[in-house]
Formats: sequence, C-alpha cells, structure tokens
Amino acid sequence: MTTEFPLNEAPRRLSARSPREQILDRGFVWLTRIFALSVAGILIWMAIEVGIESLPAMKEFGLGFLTSSAWNPVEDEYGTLPMIYGTLVSSALALLLAVPLGVGTAIFLSENFLPRSIRTTLIFLVELLAAIPSVVYGLWGIFVLIPAIRPVGQFLHQNLGFIPFFSTPPIGPGMLPAGIVLTVMILPIITAISRDSLASLPPDLRQASLGLGATRWETIFRVLVPAAFSGIVGGVMLALGRAMGETMAVTMLIGNSNDLNVSLLAPANTIASLLANQFAEASGLQVSALMYAGLVLFAITLLVNIGAEYIVRQVKKF
Amino acid sequence: MSTSPSDRSLSRSQPFDLSRNYQSPRAWFGVIMTILSGACLGMALLPLFAVIYYVISKGINRLNLDLFTQLPPSAGTTGGGIGNAIVGTLIVVGLAALISVPIGVFAAVYLSEFSSGTLARWVRFATNVLSGVPSIIVGIFAYGIIVLTTQQFSAFAGGVALAVLMLPIVVKTTDEALQIVPPEVRWASVGVGASDYQTVLRVVLPAALPAIITGVTLAVARAAGETAPLIFTALFTFFWPQGIFQPIPSLAVLVYNFSTVPYASQQELAWAASLILVLLVLISSVLARLATRREIY
Repeated sequence: MTTEFPLNEAPRRLSARSPREQILDRGFVWLTRIFALSVAGILIWMAIEVGIESLPAMKEFGLGFLTSSAWNPVEDEYGTLPMIYGTLVSSALALLLAVPLGVGTAIFLSENFLPRSIRTTLIFLVELLAAIPSVVYGLWGIFVLIPAIRPVGQFLHQNLGFIPFFSTPPIGPGMLPAGIVLTVMILPIITAISRDSLASLPPDLRQASLGLGATRWETIFRVLVPAAFSGIVGGVMLALGRAMGETMAVTMLIGNSNDLNVSLLAPANTIASLLANQFAEASGLQVSALMYAGLVLFAITLLVNIGAEYIVRQVKKF
Repeated sequence: MSTSPSDRSLSRSQPFDLSRNYQSPRAWFGVIMTILSGACLGMALLPLFAVIYYVISKGINRLNLDLFTQLPPSAGTTGGGIGNAIVGTLIVVGLAALISVPIGVFAAVYLSEFSSGTLARWVRFATNVLSGVPSIIVGIFAYGIIVLTTQQFSAFAGGVALAVLMLPIVVKTTDEALQIVPPEVRWASVGVGASDYQTVLRVVLPAALPAIITGVTLAVARAAGETAPLIFTALFTFFWPQGIFQPIPSLAVLVYNFSTVPYASQQELAWAASLILVLLVLISSVLARLATRREIY
C-alpha cells in the first residue's frame, strides 16, 4: 500500500537537512543571539570601563568627592558639589517649566480638540523639537535666547532680588537660559509619553464619564489624567534623565563656573558640561577625576532611566 | 407635604431646560482650559519655529559653493567654508553606521525571530536603558577604550562613540519593522522548505527593508548632530581628514567651537553648519514619515 511510486523510479526521499545546512542554521541563530547579547553587554562594559578608569580618583578622594567644592587641576584637588548642584537645579528648573507645558500639550493633542489631519502634523512638529541637534539649540541660545531673556533677568533681580535665587545681576550665561533650553529639549519626551498613555486608555472610561454628565475637562481632570498618571510620571522621569545628561546646549549657555552660587542668574556648571569642557585637555589624575564625575552622572541617570522604564512598562500591561 | 425647591421647579409648567448652558461655571472652566492647553502647544512649538527661522536667516548667506569646498578660515580672516567638516562628518557617521547597523539589525532579528521570553525582555530593557545613557558618558567610554589605549584622538574613536549611540535606535526600529511583517509570510517560507536563515535573509528582512532603512536614516541624522561624544574622541582640525586614526573635523564640533569665538566670519560658518544639520534632520524626518506610510504586505 505504501509504495505507490512507479517501481522503476527510486522514491524521492524527504530526508532531514544536510549537516552543513543544520550547522549554518544553528550558527545563524547563535550569531544573532550574540549580537543581541552584545547590545546589553555594551551597557555593562561601559559601566565597568568608566568604573575602572575612575578608581585612582576614588582612592584619592573617596566620597568626599561628592561634597567638596574644590576643582583645581593645578593642585590636583577635585570635588564636584557645584556640578552636582548645577545638574540637579538645572534639571529641576527644566522640569518645573516643561511638565505643565508638556502635559498641557499632550492633552490638547490627545483629545478631539482639532481635526485628525492637523493633529498628526502638530504631533510631528513636536517630535521634530527632539530631533534638532543640541549644539544648534546652544548656538541659538547664545545669540537669540540670552539677549531675549536679559530684560526678564533684570526684572527678576530688581524686583525679587531679596530671594536668593535672583540675588545676582544677570550677566548673560547662567542657570536660567540653560534651564529654558533644557525645557525645550525635554518637552517632546514628556509630551510624547503623556500623549501615548492618554491615548492608550480604554475608550469606555471617557464614555462612562461623559455619559454621567461630566464635561470634557471634568473628564480629563478627574478620570483621564489620574488613570494615565503613572505613564505621565514615567515620561517625566525619562525627561529628567535626559535633562541631567544633556550636554552641549547646557555647556554653551550655563557659563561653566566651578563656584557654587545659589542664584539662577549667575553662571554655574553641570557634570556633563564639566566633562565636555575639560576632557580634551585633561591628563593624569584629572582624567580619573573626570571619569569619577562621569560615573556619578552615569549612576544617577541609570537609576532614573531604569525607574522610568519600569514604570512605563507597568503601564503598558493594561 | 413640603417640597424642595428642585421638586417645585420640575413641577412647573415650562419644561426643564436640557440645552447647553454656556453661562455655567463648568462651561467657562472648559473654555478657559481649552485655551490654556492650546497655549501650551503654541509655546511648545514657538522655539521650533524660532530655531528654524534663525538658522535659515543667519545661515543662508553662506550657503554657496565655497561652503562645501573650502577650509574654515583662521581667526580674523574672512571667506572660507566647511568642506573638511562635511567630509569629516560623513566619515565618522559612515564608520558609526558600518559598526552599528549589522550589530543592530542582527540583534533585532534575534529579538523578533528567534527568541521568546526572558532573554528578549532583558535585551529590550537594556536597549531602552542604553538609549537613555547620556551621550557624554558614551563619549568618555569611547575615550577610555580607544583614545587612552591608542594614545591618539581619532575619527575611529568618534565613530565607535556614535555607533553606541546609534545602536539602540537601529535595534528598536528594526525590531518594530520585523514585527510588522505578518507571520504568514514566514510560515509560507518555512512551508516551502526554507531554513531559518533563508527565511530571515531572503524573505523577512527584504519585506522589512524600507522600514529598516528609514530607521537607519533617522539614526544617521541624529548621529550627525551629536557633539558631546566627539569633542574629546574625534577632536577637531582645520585641515582635510588625514585618515581614520587621526583627529577629524565634524560639523557639530565646528558649530560648538565657532559659536564662542568673537570673529564674525567663523560665527557665520557656525550658523551655516547648523543650517546643514537642521536641513539634514528635517529632510530625513519628512522622508521617514512618507516612507513609513506605505506598507508592503
């Protein structure tokens, strides 16, 4: 019964793949697996490399590196308190401005305020904000933004000078312009992620709320924003990580002063700007101290990013 | 029997008004919030238009043949161009693409084709975290592994740094592009006897190719504008590129270096270089948008 082949022809054999084919196949899968693992490996390699290079500085300064405010390459004395302060304050300033703006923009772009075709164009334009190179924002900041906000700084100093944040007359570069440019750069991230989490809410929520007689904005504030809250927080954290690591625009606008000054109108420095300014000419212990500062920044942004990634992922589940 | 005021109003002869009341505080609140959120959008887009306007108006004067063929002028002299920086950017970004595209595409193939479960989750997680690592940290990584070991600032070190920055973008866009390819295509390929690598190389990757190229283009445009990792890996020179193991000029570093000098001619070149970078980003973004609209299957 089984032999229905003509008897004068050998039956066609459907054998397994040849050993060569099997090896090729398995080799290909392994090749892609190695490349995939190497992406994760680079992250670990980076941490190890920066850690090893900063060992000499760690031995020399220990944790005092974080609380000392001396940065003196001539005498090999290094401390990063002013830069850590500058990193935190400039990012906080940027978040303060960007969170309301970004969430407002996200609401405007996720609800039916505008026809769909106009909305997609506007969403594209907001995303474009993130694509403009940082160094272009820096150039624009030096020649356009700083002159433009000088009167604002003057006003703040003259009328609110008793507040420590405005205690020095504006000299141009400083925390304020850097914070404003950071705001522009992180706004698209906050907008994109907030809009995503608002748009991915089940439509029943909105319908139920509107059906109970709530107005559109009551629905937004009492139902949609609370439901999307964790997603928005995740987006804000990602933006914070970006703000702390942003280098060029900040370096060009913050004034790069290594002295600790509370005033937002005075020049300051961030860890990223410190690295950008000094790495090319550094030697000896200074390289190690810079690596140590880089490690601190790396650790902070890594923590913030992992936290943000975790939150955003939790949200996507439902 | 006492009746509450609301009961009385219902029992009146004239019907209860269900039409929209534009005078109520709730309606006013809605109108004000709509205007406020619209203003947020306006304020968000204002810097975009301001940047594009200034870059074009200040850079357009120098947009001529000299810009592409001449070397930058030394301090205080006029004329000149940024030809060396354009070539340098092409070389460094080309090196970065050469390193990151094969690794990224194959890593994405593993994620979407061969792996299921924990490992893929962790690799995707690592990819997202890697894309959040500040570019300056990637720069000091490249400085540590290449500049310190070879004792030489080089185009190669800059290329490696940019490759690390491009890698997560390439992995993510390729991963997404591969997942859009319907599974039936793979079943059909395996069904006619193709093996895994044949299916991936001959069927799945070609189907996803337009989307992958789009992603790579965006990554290249993004990398061309990166400055932080280049200022202490590729450094900068005023001369034509001398090879990949020598310092090399780039547009982004040129903008940074020339933005803080007091010489008008060099500042103009910084604006012209910015114009080229912004045009690169604009054109690639628009093309990417157009390209992703089409679907293959």
